[in-house]
Amino acid sequence: MSARAQTYLWFAQRLSGAVLALCVAVHLATIILAVQGGLSAAEILGRTRGSTAWAAFYAAFVLAVAVHAPIGLRAILREWTLWRGRGLDAAVALVGVGLALLGWRAVGAVVG
Amino acid sequence: MPGQVDALTVSVWRGAAAGRYVDYQVPHRTSQTVLDIVTYIQRRLDPTLSYRFSCRVGVCGSCAMTVNGVPRWTCRTHVDRVAKDRKLEIGPLRNLPVIKDLATDMRAFFDKWARAKGQFQPPATPAADFARVDPASAARREADAAIECIGCAVCYSACDVVAWNPDYLGPAALNRAWSLVNDVRDAGGAERLAAVSGDAGCHSCHSHQACAERCPKQLNPTAAIAGLKRATLKAALTGAL
Ligand code: SF4
Ligand code: SF4
Ligand code: FES
Repeated sequence: MSARAQTYLWFAQRLSGAVLALCVAVHLATIILAVQGGLSAAEILGRTRGSTAWAAFYAAFVLAVAVHAPIGLRAILREWTLWRGRGLDAAVALVGVGLALLGWRAVGAVVG
Repeated sequence: MPGQVDALTVSVWRGAAAGRYVDYQVPHRTSQTVLDIVTYIQRRLDPTLSYRFSCRVGVCGSCAMTVNGVPRWTCRTHVDRVAKDRKLEIGPLRNLPVIKDLATDMRAFFDKWARAKGQFQPPATPAADFARVDPASAARREADAAIECIGCAVCYSACDVVAWNPDYLGPAALNRAWSLVNDVRDAGGAERLAAVSGDAGCHSCHSHQACAERCPKQLNPTAAIAGLKRATLKAALTGAL
């Protein structure tokens, strides 16, 4: 991987980390506020169904996870195992794609 | 013995990669340094003990060892500050191959300075005049903060990323590169930034500051590495990398 690509990889992780910090805070605050009046599937869906704002928020959340997690996983695997090179990069990219697809599918299910 | 307070039990690593700690009884004196202890053992108890030192005043960077589990410059480390229950354990620096006893092979450490392009690179056409560097300029201050390194490898020994990833250039080499990035006379810019990028370079640093915590010169390689990260990003965005 070129010096430039690795620099962008680092930046992508920093940026997605910043987005995640915000998303996790909003997500937790919402949970805490939402359970005040009891928690039920109907109540959650009532809030999310047809809401473009929640759809956009959670879609961005999923994207940030899908960018952040594989880059971190790559670093951990490089530090703790002998796995290197293209195979490792492809494997963690696949993890990212998988996270994005599963996450967006879940977002679709609660807002659709 | 003059100035003797009591006795210390000192465990010293003997051997190379395979070896063991051997106990010595050493008189404890006032204002004694860890290097004094090692020297005492070598001169009075066992002349086959190998270790390295030169200046004895914190300038040359050759005397670093692991003292009670922590990398330190031994010539400026007072026994009173580090001995626990009148016991000391003195071993070679971590993250470097042991040649014998307390002497490590520092080649990998210094080779990484070269790999990080840690040497001044003059411009192709020599400068016509002296460079005028404002001591108050931001770049000069950054260089100042990084420049006092004595090459002792204490930070390198303290860094977990070096332990996990033997290719990692490490705090000292990256700190050196940062001082040159901030040297307005230097012409090695983009090439140096490429050399310090990526999996073996600044982007692998965890910013956990073990290097800064341990550096006997109170330098902050973590900050230097953060500076390199910013500089590489700027270079990548402007197409210089
Ligand atoms: S801050 Fe970076 S260079 Fe310093 S000890 Fe941690 S990982 Fe190593
Ligand atoms: S940065 Fe500090 S600890 Fe590291 S080699 Fe230089 S003086 Fe020693
Ligand atoms: S002997 Fe020179 S720094 Fe310790």
